[in-house]
Amino acid sequence: MSANDGLSRRGFLAISAATLGGVMLAPGIRLIEIAGARAPEQAVSRQVRWGLLIDTNKCAPGCDDCVKACATENGIKNTGHPRTDAQWIRKVELKDMRSGRTSSVPVMCQHCEHPPCVDVCPTGASFKRADGIVLVDRHICIGCRYCMMACPYKARSIVFQQVTDQNPDVPRGNGCAEGCTLCVHRVDRDQQPACVEACTKAGHNAMIFGDLNDPQSEIAQRVAKYASTQIRADLQLNPGVRYQGL
Amino acid sequence: MKSNGIAAWAGHIARAICLLALLLPAFAFSSDRVPKPVIDIDKPGRCVEDTATMRREHPDMLKHQRDLTMHEGIRTRKHSLKECVACHASAKTGSVLGEKGFCQSCHDYASVRIDCFSCHASKPKLASGAKP
Repeated sequence: MSANDGLSRRGFLAISAATLGGVMLAPGIRLIEIAGARAPEQAVSRQVRWGLLIDTNKCAPGCDDCVKACATENGIKNTGHPRTDAQWIRKVELKDMRSGRTSSVPVMCQHCEHPPCVDVCPTGASFKRADGIVLVDRHICIGCRYCMMACPYKARSIVFQQVTDQNPDVPRGNGCAEGCTLCVHRVDRDQQPACVEACTKAGHNAMIFGDLNDPQSEIAQRVAKYASTQIRADLQLNPGVRYQGL
Repeated sequence: MKSNGIAAWAGHIARAICLLALLLPAFAFSSDRVPKPVIDIDKPGRCVEDTATMRREHPDMLKHQRDLTMHEGIRTRKHSLKECVACHASAKTGSVLGEKGFCQSCHDYASVRIDCFSCHASKPKLASGAKP
């Protein structure tokens, strides 16, 4: 009886210590740093939710710096079959027929909180990482293309051709579904996705990448301050990509 | 006397045959009759584990690491395929594939298909500014 009590008390203390670890001791000081630079041997955390904020007012029609940067980084080449070539990010031109207002927006995988591509995948190849990045595990993908059908954003492609000279960080090949990875290999190195970097470098500053869960991050502050929309918000998928000025 | 001599001879011959039989496998395998894979190893020396472990366990190590990297974002370098390629790529061809390539030569010999390089790069990343 008493031994049991001791155990349960110890268990309770351990749980409360673990809970307290994440609690702020003083502003900005935590026992356990939740969202900081991650060591290579540390797994991704669900405390983080990676997201993109795209300011459509700054996104110029006809500019495809982000699309080019994506292709270079991820080794997406023109195979001479434009109708079926993989497309991780594309520029979409919108026009409001009543007012005549046009806007140009880059559309890529929206990294949904409730991704339909994951729901339909028969093998578990399409999955959401703990930090909100939706990926395809090509080791498990059988190329059935259910995810391409399920995605309301047309963000998934399938590779029809043999791929050679891949970027060692971005393996991709024939017969697998794929889509924007938010440049997960760069994010894991504490870098920005290639599209965001290119947009900032060219001085457009139309894209911001960051942790939506971190109130200190620029993206979270912008989202809190300005109106932003998710495409097809009616589907309630809660995408991690948001658009300002749409 | 004579019968003794014959017995001694027979004993010698029997011993010689036994010895030959014992040594036969050694002769057979030390000769060039058994083909061996021809591998270009540019960096001899210890890999991340000892050679016997690497020969037997490398598929499991790679599979274990790939799941950790893919699903949990763990990108330690020790058992990563990218590091294998970076270290073992041939100085001549720059690749782990090819007839004498580190991966392909042995896999061809053992008749095991490597699927890795239908998606993964078989050449290490070039330093920025370097030409292929």
